[in-house]
Amino acid sequence: MQNPYSVTELTAYIRRLFDDDLHLQGVWVEGEVSNFRRAPSGHWYFTLKDDQAQLKCVMWRSSADRQDYTPADGEAVQAWGRVSVYDAQGVYQLYAELLRPVGLGDLFRQFTELKARLEAEGLFDPARKRPLPAFPRLIGVVTSSEAAAFQDIQNVLRRRFPLAQVILSPTLVQGSDAPAQIAAALERLNAHTQADVILLCRGGGSIEDLWAFNDERVARAIAASRIPVITGVGHETDFTIADFAADLRAPTPSAAAEIATPDRAELAANVQALDETLTSWMQDELECRQRALVVARRALGHLSPAGRVRGLRQRVDDLNARLLAGWRGRSAMWRERLAARAAALQAANPESILARGYAIVSRSEDGRRITAAAGVRPGTGISIQFADGDLKARVEDRESHERYKRTLF
Amino acid sequence: MNAINELSFEAAYAELESIVARLESGELSLDESVSLFERGRQLAERCQALLDQAELRVSQLTDDGRIEPLG
Repeated sequence: MQNPYSVTELTAYIRRLFDDDLHLQGVWVEGEVSNFRRAPSGHWYFTLKDDQAQLKCVMWRSSADRQDYTPADGEAVQAWGRVSVYDAQGVYQLYAELLRPVGLGDLFRQFTELKARLEAEGLFDPARKRPLPAFPRLIGVVTSSEAAAFQDIQNVLRRRFPLAQVILSPTLVQGSDAPAQIAAALERLNAHTQADVILLCRGGGSIEDLWAFNDERVARAIAASRIPVITGVGHETDFTIADFAADLRAPTPSAAAEIATPDRAELAANVQALDETLTSWMQDELECRQRALVVARRALGHLSPAGRVRGLRQRVDDLNARLLAGWRGRSAMWRERLAARAAALQAANPESILARGYAIVSRSEDGRRITAAAGVRPGTGISIQFADGDLKARVEDRESHERYKRTLF
Repeated sequence: MNAINELSFEAAYAELESIVARLESGELSLDESVSLFERGRQLAERCQALLDQAELRVSQLTDDGRIEPLG
């Protein structure tokens, strides 16, 4: 006999049969909800049944949180998910990821078809998305004037960016007239205002409530808008055709207002930071220049003419001293020489010569001095000058001193 | 240059940013630095004042394209 499998082995084998079946990896199933239970963990447990069979179902919290529809016992629903085996209990079950009430099947198909068509047309092309202004001055809002959504938007803008001006282009946001009105409200903002950005919003509601935002006219009006459009429709989990056509999708109306605007507190902090940068830069700059000034002043001190002037002054003093010393020596010498000359001069003075007994003889007729006997004829009138007076005389004779000459030479 | 008290927040903020960038890039004379610095301080003041004083204005666009105050 073959060795028996363990329960675990056999169950794992059966689970692999389910998991290998591609058809069971993603399947829609329709039935009535019973035993619906929301566990504290957030997971949903329920059974789907019809008149002949039932199917155990689980929806993990990650999927359950994304559903905008919460089923109740007795409701007919369609669920999409994967069928597999839960080993611990030996049961197979549907691991559901999507859940929708029956009756919306048509709407869902419309949605998928329109989305595919517009996508193929390029209406959702990322290249079409326009940049959003950093500081929107005029914010257009397309929503219902009574809606809480409009209040939410105003509250956010008042808190974040009250510098902006809000202009509401009112419209119905649900019902059969809503799509045409929404499109017209978008067009009016484009035609009559210089809005920097448009918020197209609606608060949460059922899929039917939000259906106007899945209308082709709305999608085309968004695409045709000169002004960039941010959508904020329903809750975080709701995606509409308008969201795909918009330049940016925000999960809610409040979030749309936040995405559209800078935050006042952040801006104030930025401005203050810039202001501080400015001030500290200026301080640094002034300190830096002051330091440069000190350095320059010091350098200037070394090169200053004052130093040279002091040097020159000293040299002048030196020269002056030398000059004085030189002068003193020289003047003494001159003084001595002068005295000697004066004495010599004194000795040569004719008056002192006359005082010693000599006389000066000169011609009477012209006063010329006679310094030799030769040339003076007898009879010539002469004047003899003595120290004490003159004598007038006349030459009587002349003798040559030949002898004297001879003995002398 | 425009009179400070006529500048929008956006314009004042942009100019403030560019002044800080210019100062930090260097190569300015002391005179230029000082006058840029003074203008920057005034711009920062203008920005803060605009942020402090701003009050959201809300109006409505009518079907025929007129803009009327709301609330």
